[in-house]
Amino acid sequence: MDKLNLKDLYDGFRQPEVIKSYAKLISQEATKLPKPINIMEVCGGHTHSIMKYGLNQLLPKNVNFIHGPGCPVCVMPKERIDHAYALSLQENVILVTLGDMIKVPGSNGNLQDARAKGADVRFVYSPLDCLKIARDNENKTIIFFAIGFETTTPMTTALINQVIKKDIKNILFHINHITVPEPMRVLLDDKTNTIDAFIGPSHVSVISGSKIYDEFADKYNKPVVVSGFEPLDVMQSVLMILKQFNEERCEVEVEYSRSVSKDGNLVAQKLNDKYFERREHFRWRGIGDIANSALKLKDKYAYLDAEVKYADILPTKLIDDHKLCICGEILKGKANPKDCKVFGTACTPSSPLGSCMVSSEGACAAYYKYGNLL
Amino acid sequence: MCLSIPSKVTKIDKENNIATVDTMGISRDASLDLMEEGDVKIGDYVLLHIGFIMNKIDEEDALASLETYQEILDAMDEEERQKAIQESDNCPNG
Repeated sequence: MDKLNLKDLYDGFRQPEVIKSYAKLISQEATKLPKPINIMEVCGGHTHSIMKYGLNQLLPKNVNFIHGPGCPVCVMPKERIDHAYALSLQENVILVTLGDMIKVPGSNGNLQDARAKGADVRFVYSPLDCLKIARDNENKTIIFFAIGFETTTPMTTALINQVIKKDIKNILFHINHITVPEPMRVLLDDKTNTIDAFIGPSHVSVISGSKIYDEFADKYNKPVVVSGFEPLDVMQSVLMILKQFNEERCEVEVEYSRSVSKDGNLVAQKLNDKYFERREHFRWRGIGDIANSALKLKDKYAYLDAEVKYADILPTKLIDDHKLCICGEILKGKANPKDCKVFGTACTPSSPLGSCMVSSEGACAAYYKYGNLL
Repeated sequence: MCLSIPSKVTKIDKENNIATVDTMGISRDASLDLMEEGDVKIGDYVLLHIGFIMNKIDEEDALASLETYQEILDAMDEEERQKAIQESDNCPNG
């Protein structure tokens, strides 16, 4: 093959026969492992690929996947959802967010329920859709409820940049962007963790570069392989991790080198640095407070901050999860959806109790959808 | 939310800093705000994420992966063939 076709970027990385060949190579390599290993795939996108293609069933007994906290909707605490709900019910406000947020339950209900109460909530494909909504509704305030990890952060700051450049007066922001390395550190600092290596996120790494994982190999002694989302990417990454163990190496490697560099997307990073700074704390659903794990608008741009402007009406009460829900343990990689008593019974994608069932990237939703355990 | 879609650039509108991309037959517009000026060209493969081009896909690198997959497949085929020959050689009824 001397020329790439667009189709190859999809089909080429999903060839069933090659997946099977990798399963064989992994099994051969695994026979040399000194002890069984647990590989945490940090990102929910990988959990989805693993379940969709049944990759977990292709691994030998001494190699396990454990699912990580990288699902931005799953880790969004209820009090932040309550913010979105409260903002949407304000007069002359249009709350805009990405589709993933539709069904996430807060303490009063989800954003669909707010719509039923008459709120103007719009789910968009891109943050840039806010520009048209703002133009078409000059007398209303558009609040963009921004969510996501490093992957979606620069899309918000690019919108902020346009709002400032074009002097648009009726768009505000409620920022809930979070970052990946801080929770990884928290999981590893927990002495009862069973993580031996990481599969690093694909598109977080496109933006931030693979350098953000250096500390995990250097200080924590955990190999990291940054992987693409396609099944062959994941299988190749598993093989790379096993080779690191067998060759007594511990480093950050990039399997997804067609898209990820060491330094990442510098234009995106510059935009983020211009508008955002670290929040001192952010409470992660199921995991708890993590220092410096989220972003907020710099003081200089407080006039764009819906959290500042609507501080009076935003609820401050912290809300815990449903007692029967074990999402917290699942997000920490300590439990599997199969361990949950309400999985698939009281908690289903159409009426989720916990956040891991809500988002399509959540581990419970992936287990439910691809149901190879039932 | 973190999934991005490989696409091919078909048109560039420099004035608005927007590219038109082909995503498996579907044509859509994507912002170039996250890319260095002039970095993206017609015919480039890119990752599209919530309305933005987030990077260029390295064509050579993708081709090298696909070649590796083919080599692995060929090696496995050869191994299977050898095994089949060996099994047939050892077959008491053979």
